[in-house]
Amino acid sequence: MAKIIVEVMLKPEILDPQGQAVASALPRLGFTFAKSVRQGKRFEIEVTGDPTPAQLAEVEKAAETLLSNPVIETYVVKIEK
Amino acid sequence: MALDTVTTATQNPDTKQPFAELGLKEDEYARIKTILGRRPTSSELAMYSVMWSEHCSYKSSKIHLKQFGEKAVKSDALLVGIGENAGVVDIGQNYAITFKIESHNHPSFIEPYQGAATGVGGIVRDILTMGARPIAVMDPLRFGLADAPDTRRLLPGIVAGIGGYGNCLGLPNIGGEIVFDETYAGNPLVNALCVGVMKHEDIKLATAHGTGNLVVLFGAKTGGDGIGGVSVLASETFSDAKPTKRPAVQVGDPFAEKVLIECCLEIFKADLVIGIQDLGGAGLSCATSELASAGSGGMQINLEKVPLRDPSLSPEEILMSESQERMCAIVAPEKIKTFMAICKKWDVTATVIGEVTDGERLHITFNGELIVDVPPRTVAHDGPVYNRPIKKPDYIDQLTKSKFEVPLPTAPDEVKAAILKLIASPNIADKSWVTSQYDKYVQGNTVLAQPEDSGLIRIDEQTHLGVAVSTDANARWSYLDPYEGAKLALAESCRNIATTGAKPLAVTNCLNFGSPEDPGVMWQFAETVRGLADAALELGLPITGGNVSFYNQTGAVAILPTPVIGVLGVIQDVRKRTPMGIPAAGLDLYLIGKYNGNLSGSEWAYLHGEIGNASPVADLEMEKRLVNFLLDGQPIFESAHDVSNGGLAATIVESVLKNKIGARIELNDVANALFSETPGRVLVSIKDSATNEIVNLAGKYQIPIYKIGTTGGTDLEINLAVISIEELSKAHTETFPKLFG
Repeated sequence: MAKIIVEVMLKPEILDPQGQAVASALPRLGFTFAKSVRQGKRFEIEVTGDPTPAQLAEVEKAAETLLSNPVIETYVVKIEK
Repeated sequence: MALDTVTTATQNPDTKQPFAELGLKEDEYARIKTILGRRPTSSELAMYSVMWSEHCSYKSSKIHLKQFGEKAVKSDALLVGIGENAGVVDIGQNYAITFKIESHNHPSFIEPYQGAATGVGGIVRDILTMGARPIAVMDPLRFGLADAPDTRRLLPGIVAGIGGYGNCLGLPNIGGEIVFDETYAGNPLVNALCVGVMKHEDIKLATAHGTGNLVVLFGAKTGGDGIGGVSVLASETFSDAKPTKRPAVQVGDPFAEKVLIECCLEIFKADLVIGIQDLGGAGLSCATSELASAGSGGMQINLEKVPLRDPSLSPEEILMSESQERMCAIVAPEKIKTFMAICKKWDVTATVIGEVTDGERLHITFNGELIVDVPPRTVAHDGPVYNRPIKKPDYIDQLTKSKFEVPLPTAPDEVKAAILKLIASPNIADKSWVTSQYDKYVQGNTVLAQPEDSGLIRIDEQTHLGVAVSTDANARWSYLDPYEGAKLALAESCRNIATTGAKPLAVTNCLNFGSPEDPGVMWQFAETVRGLADAALELGLPITGGNVSFYNQTGAVAILPTPVIGVLGVIQDVRKRTPMGIPAAGLDLYLIGKYNGNLSGSEWAYLHGEIGNASPVADLEMEKRLVNFLLDGQPIFESAHDVSNGGLAATIVESVLKNKIGARIELNDVANALFSETPGRVLVSIKDSATNEIVNLAGKYQIPIYKIGTTGGTDLEINLAVISIEELSKAHTETFPKLFG
């Protein structure tokens, strides 16, 4: 069944202490690949049946008001099969 | 990417510059040209625009604030006065205390959590900069109506931000206020106070001297935080891809700040810095120009050396960035190795970005190109000064002439209902919902915290020396009469200090007002400053510094004039402090101080949609005697609680609820006696055996005292009105959880 996915990330210019902490922990554990890390969050929303355009519009609205803080974050809504 | 260098500026004098978009007036722009003898480069324009802003230059308030210097009392206790990052006060035993209060109102409206959090972070760095270890914070807050939808967005976010940042730093939050009034809708006030302690010899100043000494930037990397306004410049200069919109929002990282605090304290201990400055508003522009102008020479900065979080930042933006958790120090070359080693130990990025020069100018280069060449004083201190028009607003005379009446309860049932209504109102109701989100006891030195009259912190574990801090404002009185309002706020704050048994020592302030371009607001401001300066002089207390926040208004509606006054006191033995709660049954309750029944500006009037017609008049001579009475009588007081917002009714209920011990009280003219907020009064409880002593003290200090009842039982009885403690507690504590979940 398809899921609606909302991915929320801090805007690129906003400080991300969590991402920074991960980035500085990686080399301590021997991982040397990362130049920088930014951390976000992901919502998986199940609806009955395949998502309709109306539902997607609703999710879009929820993403803007509840799931993300538009002052400092951006979001992407997509469908995952 | 064309860099606007000093050479370019000289060669192209007529390039159009967006000075108006940066908030500079035409004559201010002309003045910059006169100072420099050419047009400013875009970096210089950025620096001047932000340093000459109201926030940084105090251009509308300066002319009034100088009264704080002119009317200042001579005080041996004052070690560092106005002008440095924070004032420093001697409290004895070689300890010095620094404390200051600042506003973070506008950022907190845009993004409540981060705005409030970075407000705490900023004031803590100010205190740290003086060489002190931060030991406590306090947050006076103002919001629109408690049930307004926007308050539901702002209050939980702001409270969580203060708690989140302060708790992560391990700093106890020991007090503050929360007040609701419709004028703060769209303009919440978030003021943050911090207290720090050090030994006398550890005081540090923001100064850069000694040619060849190094300028070190340390702490977090620089990103695009809080440079919203300056993006005008960037977009003019550059058109290529970069983060679309520079945010006005700064995001704080309390763990980085905690590490920075410990790192700085170790650096101070090893005596490695000549001068130090934190990076707050106006970032590097402010730090470099202030350090240089407080020193003897000039300064050379290589801007490309600043470590960046966002490599796309332009030089203008690097200068303006308000990225948090950064400090700037002046270090002698022979000490830089040790300095860097300490920074490395704490995992703090530190970079030498320049040096002190023997010239007189601040030079900033970017990859070898000179982009700033200015006399630092002209940026930091010689900003424009405005003597803005002042006019007493019409509302004052209209109110003075108006008839003012509010319904008052008479029958016992009515009195009971009125008390329950008052103590459940958002301004008087129990604030545990908020204060329980703050860590009050971390560090283990908190003796008293909210809701006590003042916060009390132990300084020395052996001698039990401690300090008390209180913040107060009664904006409604300030609205009715800003001169008296300021005096009354200072008097109340002193009384709160003395009520807990500490001696008032010094004053700080955060003056929150509407637009200075409104002559009525400017009049309120001028009267407030005059009142505060006069009151401090009369009470013999030095003003150690302060902060002004203008433009707190939505459209044409300004906030109530809100001068938040903080007072610091010292107590020789914290074990002897007086708590607010009635500790036992069988004690006598005395009301100290005379009341006049005036209900103007009271909470009771506010609950009936009225503000009244005249502020009380401050009697500072009496307040001084009252403070001495409280300090002398401290050994016989079992409890003491100031009468202020909510009148005697609120004072009695809070004293009863603290330890759930009832009281029986007889009052004449019961409604006025309960709800008038006549200043200069305190409720105390004493043992019967101390009767002679309190009578003698009252005679000695000529303070009227009234025995109004006794303690004990499970009810509060006022004349014939009987309210069980259970009912009181329910009414007092239900409001906040109901409003904010």
